Amino acid sequence: MSNEEAVMDPHYTEALKSLLFQLADDDFMYSFRGSEWLGLAPHIESDIAFSSISQDTMGHAAMYYKLLEDLGVGNADKLAHFRPANERKNSILTERVNGQGYYMETPHYDWAYAVARNYFYTQAKKVRIDSLCESSFKPLAEIAVKVRMELYYHKMHWDTWFKQLMSSTEVAKKKMADANKLVMIDFGDVFSYGNRKQQIETSGLIGSEEDLKERWKKNIEPLFITLQLQVPEIPESPVNNGRNGDHTSDLDEGLATLSEVCSLDSTAVW
Amino acid sequence: MTATVEVSVERVLEMLRNVKDPEIDSVSIFDLGMIGEVTTMGNHVYVALLPTFLGCPALEIIKKNALHAIKELPEVGEVVVDFIFHPPWTSDRITEKGHLGLRAFGIAPPPQHFKEDGTWHVDCAYCGSTYVTLENIFGPTACRSILYCKSCKNVFEAMKPVSTLM
Repeated sequence: MSNEEAVMDPHYTEALKSLLFQLADDDFMYSFRGSEWLGLAPHIESDIAFSSISQDTMGHAAMYYKLLEDLGVGNADKLAHFRPANERKNSILTERVNGQGYYMETPHYDWAYAVARNYFYTQAKKVRIDSLCESSFKPLAEIAVKVRMELYYHKMHWDTWFKQLMSSTEVAKKKMADANKLVMIDFGDVFSYGNRKQQIETSGLIGSEEDLKERWKKNIEPLFITLQLQVPEIPESPVNNGRNGDHTSDLDEGLATLSEVCSLDSTAVW
Repeated sequence: MTATVEVSVERVLEMLRNVKDPEIDSVSIFDLGMIGEVTTMGNHVYVALLPTFLGCPALEIIKKNALHAIKELPEVGEVVVDFIFHPPWTSDRITEKGHLGLRAFGIAPPPQHFKEDGTWHVDCAYCGSTYVTLENIFGPTACRSILYCKSCKNVFEAMKPVSTLM
């Protein structure tokens, strides 16, 4: 099916839009939570790295929102900033707060949680991007090829931090074990397509949930073997499935913060 | 009826060779390898640019500058400048002239080759010494890494190599 014909088919187009919202909202929230660490990372060089990764990832989100705009769904900026929580399709892993407190007052963000979340999310993103490079929708495949080149450096960074902390002191190992547990509780919807599973999996847009989960496991297994640990289990069914608009109050808080300025005057020209 | 003058692709490229990167103003977007495609039809011009890094905030500025530069040509009618994603911009698209321009700014051009383990090495952008350390693969912008030269004691930057092999 050529791209023109494919886009004319309403079922294919609906599947494509659903997937694009999942990809866009994921990277958007992940990038936002990353940006909240600015100035707070434990080491200056990792602060630079983290903010650079967040900037790259915001660019990835922008690409997906732009594709949605090109498909006539709406203005990219508005899709990103003004949709309410129950319309968002991001994994709940990406919406979770960074820790206690608020960066404008007294933040008590958890670095172990930051490293764990970034490591597992980036490994999942790598698997999804590899699959998207073969997507039946050419514009999406082309963007995935670009994302993959930038993701190379993100993955290198978080793989290193994760490995270092996981094989460091007893305190580090304990903190990481706790952080990993928290991350995995929210990991159930990362590879899920929600109630669009059937449509998305038959569209040729991206690999199946099972296939991607398998690849993810295979990719991280070697490290866990070296650490003499089991690869964490992905929960069978997520507590909240963000892909279906089922979110936590953390998302309300996040959206209120990131849209505060543009909501002051929604018609302002930036 | 007046005849519309044909705009030549060469003329458009000439203008694009003078559109500088908004921050690294010693290099043009042409020499950064960002020109994907230039087509003309009568006096209409279409330029497709290749974005370097997807989150680069300079992209919109570059697009506007390219548009204005081409519109300065008196024979030009309508101009459209767009970003396309194929072929993907890779750092090996930077020309020799681009390499020189980057050096002049204190940025070592991206290395041509990677070592077997995936690491890469560049010489000091200022003095050319090979006695350098990589301080941070990430840097002040999406495209740059931070290094230090033990010879001339300067901090310098490197254009992050990006290729489809990654």
